Amino acid sequence: MSEWWTYSLADFLMFSPRTYYRLFELYNLAIWPLQIVALALGVAILALLLRGGVWRGRAVAAMLAVCWAWVAWAYFLERYDTINWAASYFAVGFVIEALLLVWTGVVRDRLRFRPGSDLIGRAGICIVLFALFLLPLIGPLAGRPWLQVELFGVAPDPTAIATTGVLIASHRTHWELLIIPLLWCVISGTTLWTMQSPDALVVPAVAALVLALLGWKTLLPRLPSRHEA
Amino acid sequence: MKDIPRFSRRRLIGSFAVTGAAAMLLPRIALPQQRAILTRPIPSSKEAIPVVGLGSWITFNVGDDPVARDACMEVMRAFFEDGGRLIDSSPMYGSSQKVIGYGLAKLKQPPSLFSAEKVWISSGSRGPGQIETSRRYWGVPRFDLLQVHNLLSWEDHLKTLFAMKAAGQVRYVGITTSEGRRHRDIEQIMRTQPLDFVQVTYNILDREVEERILPLARDRGIAVIVNRPFREGELTKKLQRHPLPNWAAEIDCTSWAQTILKFIVTHPAVTCAIPATTRVDHVRENLAAARGRLPDAAMRARMVAHVEKL
Repeated sequence: MSEWWTYSLADFLMFSPRTYYRLFELYNLAIWPLQIVALALGVAILALLLRGGVWRGRAVAAMLAVCWAWVAWAYFLERYDTINWAASYFAVGFVIEALLLVWTGVVRDRLRFRPGSDLIGRAGICIVLFALFLLPLIGPLAGRPWLQVELFGVAPDPTAIATTGVLIASHRTHWELLIIPLLWCVISGTTLWTMQSPDALVVPAVAALVLALLGWKTLLPRLPSRHEA
Repeated sequence: MKDIPRFSRRRLIGSFAVTGAAAMLLPRIALPQQRAILTRPIPSSKEAIPVVGLGSWITFNVGDDPVARDACMEVMRAFFEDGGRLIDSSPMYGSSQKVIGYGLAKLKQPPSLFSAEKVWISSGSRGPGQIETSRRYWGVPRFDLLQVHNLLSWEDHLKTLFAMKAAGQVRYVGITTSEGRRHRDIEQIMRTQPLDFVQVTYNILDREVEERILPLARDRGIAVIVNRPFREGELTKKLQRHPLPNWAAEIDCTSWAQTILKFIVTHPAVTCAIPATTRVDHVRENLAAARGRLPDAAMRARMVAHVEKL
């Protein structure tokens, strides 16, 4: 792209806010009642995080992977791609995340959770709760119709946020699984910001909180040893 | 070459001769309001086209939304009913081409359509394929105008487009830029290539093209399409906070949008401005700017001075 410095974010916005949110409305109508299945998956993930069990890492990873793959196909390729030619690239990112979840969580069984045992774990649970139940309310509270609601498992933002919550609650920090969700939060926030949506900063703010929690989670265990040294 | 009804062409050229040329020559207030739409001739053919066209960036990118598609079709219906002809799009504009094709099919392919498309792909060899895909989306036998979008791979694409023109597969060839980008390259291409059209950004606040590109277009006999006449709505939004000045009535303008458009289309080098809209009342308002009394040079200077102060 020549003279790239002369471009602003608005130059890349190729649809109106009305068209963008209508997309969710038509999508929700088209896939109904799959939203209930997705919400049930979200609640199941939450229950597995809280209650434990030998297979919970694999089960949580598998359910998240299904959600990411569904969003890639049903939302990005089938809907968003009709108004944004970059959507196919986003779909690739979401498929990669689904594959990474399968590889890390299902095949290698590397997701371990201790959500209730410390503050970080509890924060992860809170982020999942936020993605499942509060984030979808923000659109209607901002004045958008209920039919345009964005729900976990079928819409990208709550799916990405819930995934970061799950990963925060995991015993180890899986950066390889966090990159795409966090990147999506930036992309989504930028899109909404350019559209001047009143809730544009919500998703990036949660991503920033996740990063802060991860920093804390990473640094905290090292502090005492340094102190002792 | 696309057949245009002879009576229509004569009438269009005639209307320009009366309303356009006379208004340019006469001091400030030229003519009483007329029903005929102001047209300008394409220098390379003398074919006259209305000075207000229809853009499709953002506004027509509505995907598969049936309600929005029908709304766009109604905009197109109003556009043709009020005498509009030129519709501009690009492969870069998401679903806009398909939505235009949908509207044209619903409107039974209005014969007055002047189809302006672009080629926008970095590979020169894939240009013809992209053009053919665009043509199928529009549902037209061929495009009237094909432009190299934002000069992307312009050397390769211009070769293709000139070959298509020679073969009768397109009537006019052009290049585009927007928001002041690559003006040196635009000038160079205008000087060296047998272009029919150039598309640039021009409005009452973004007047850089007045310095070199518009005079060059006149010298070289190149038609000028003006994009972003309202700065994608930002300009009208800003101006609507201020009352329309009294002098607007002297040029038969009842809104800021009309005032801004009249400023653009009365530059002697400008052939057509392409505001985009999703609203029927707005498209009618835009086309009204191609009617009525026109500002002369003194009034145009007054318009600039006024808007720059706001």
